[in-house]
Amino acid sequence: MNLNVIRYYFREAVRSIIRNSWLSAASVGTIIISLLILGSTVLLVMNVRYVASSVESSLEITVFLKDDVDEQSLARMEEQIKFVPGVSSVEFISKEQALADLKESFGDKADILSGLEQDNPLPNSFRIKTTSAGLVPEAARQLEKLDGVEQVRYGQGVVEKLLSLTHWVRIWGSLTIVVLGVAAIFLIATTIRMSVFARRREIGIMKMLGATNLFVRMPFMLEGMMLGSAGGLVAVLIINFSYLSLLNKVIVTLPFIRLVDDPVTIYQVLGGLLGLGFAIGALGSAISLRRFLKV
Amino acid sequence: MIQMFNVSKIYNNGVKALNDVTLHIKKGEFVFLVGPSGAGKSTLTKLICREEMPSRGQVVINGRSLARMKSREVPFLRRKIGMVFQDFRLIPTKTVFENVAFALEITGASNKEIKKVVPMVLRMVGLEKKANMLPAHLSGGEQQRTSVARAIVNNPILLLADEPTGNLDPDNSWELMKLFLDINRRGTTIVMATHAWDIVDEMKRRVIALSNGTVIRDEEGGVYGYES
Ligand SMILES: Nc1ncnc2c1ncn2[C@@H]1O[C@H](COP(=O)(O)OP(=O)(O)O)[C@@H](O)[C@H]1O
Ligand SMILES: [Mg+2]
Repeated sequence: MNLNVIRYYFREAVRSIIRNSWLSAASVGTIIISLLILGSTVLLVMNVRYVASSVESSLEITVFLKDDVDEQSLARMEEQIKFVPGVSSVEFISKEQALADLKESFGDKADILSGLEQDNPLPNSFRIKTTSAGLVPEAARQLEKLDGVEQVRYGQGVVEKLLSLTHWVRIWGSLTIVVLGVAAIFLIATTIRMSVFARRREIGIMKMLGATNLFVRMPFMLEGMMLGSAGGLVAVLIINFSYLSLLNKVIVTLPFIRLVDDPVTIYQVLGGLLGLGFAIGALGSAISLRRFLKV
Repeated sequence: MIQMFNVSKIYNNGVKALNDVTLHIKKGEFVFLVGPSGAGKSTLTKLICREEMPSRGQVVINGRSLARMKSREVPFLRRKIGMVFQDFRLIPTKTVFENVAFALEITGASNKEIKKVVPMVLRMVGLEKKANMLPAHLSGGEQQRTSVARAIVNNPILLLADEPTGNLDPDNSWELMKLFLDINRRGTTIVMATHAWDIVDEMKRRVIALSNGTVIRDEEGGVYGYES
């Protein structure tokens, strides 16, 4: 393997791409679109999870109790709650404590609450911390079944909404990506097949002259890899620029929402997309060569 | 150099192209393969470069049995065999120089080597002045000489030619024969399948006559024969 041979591989690959420019453009376009959808889906899911886990309250469940629960039952309930999957800690908040907390949150206007001590309307409650936002809805359902529970509240449905959103985005995203990915591989394979077809006489001559399989195949493999990488590169650039401008907009308009802005994570996603474009190209040409270039 | 032992070739469609052929061609020989169309001449040359495998029997080149040769070794066998065809098989988008250089590029030769060897070979076939022309701008004889230059640029031990004069006029055919004789004198074994009885008769070399896939005659200094 010397420089001459490598130069030959690249020259022939580029020639083929130019000769099949329309088909090449179509394959690159399909790869771009698939990777754009994949990239946006991945970033969306990552951000929703990030936001969900950074909203402290979304990890908290409050269980309000009926007034007629006695001390003994309270202790038993606390034990039962600890065994509900996803629960990491339980804290008992008595009626009195709840009122004190409420007063504290009113600060110097706490006077309006005076007189409530005699007939405290606030219920006893458990404040429960969970290990992950995803487990909150199921844990809440379990907690509702316990005796003496009046009401269970958590995140006012935010968690469920966010999670069901990512759920559907993931399902539809995956489906679209699979369909488009297959289409992209197929288009690459077709492009390579056309290239092989256009050069079949030359391939015959090469074999007659004693070219190895590798030598015959390499320009076509390279052609697919170049198309795949080109698609990957364009998709990565588009996503990079639009995500950065999205981050900037969010910082200005919605300062309380923190999105994934860690450059390492972002570059991992972009690198993955680039690698995937390359892999699609390589796979497409490998499939085509297996079928149409028996050597 | 070339040994065939009881070789038969039956193609997938049932056509029996060669029937129990046994022959031995020594290093440095110049052999004509003659016979009517469909006699099996091309099939015999294809067995030698392992483009086809025999249905029965053994083909041995330089002491190596082709049946036992792994498919990844085949390219290296072909680099030792120069091939010339009736239709030249040049790459139309490459110049004379590039077409000849291609045979070296394929083997991973360096630029330096290519620049040294190709002009030498082009001079040998008398095409040094046409090095930068495309095949389409050459006469048939010049195209065929380009393909010969490409066939010998790797220093093959064997030159296989399948009706190389089929598309040439008599003058060009004789030019090509002179070139072949020259190459043969330098030690390259030549096997040439042909219809051209006048050439065969004039050259007085070994003649192997095929008919319906069988060797019907094999003689030194032979003639084409008029039975066909
Ligand atoms: N690839 C092939 N498949 C099937 N039959 C073939 C093939 N090549 C040659 N033949 C048949 O084998 C016989 C010998 O052909 P060939 O070796 O080309 O003869 P020649 O070169 O002497 O004209 C012919 O009948 C031809 O039709
Ligand atoms: Mg023939």
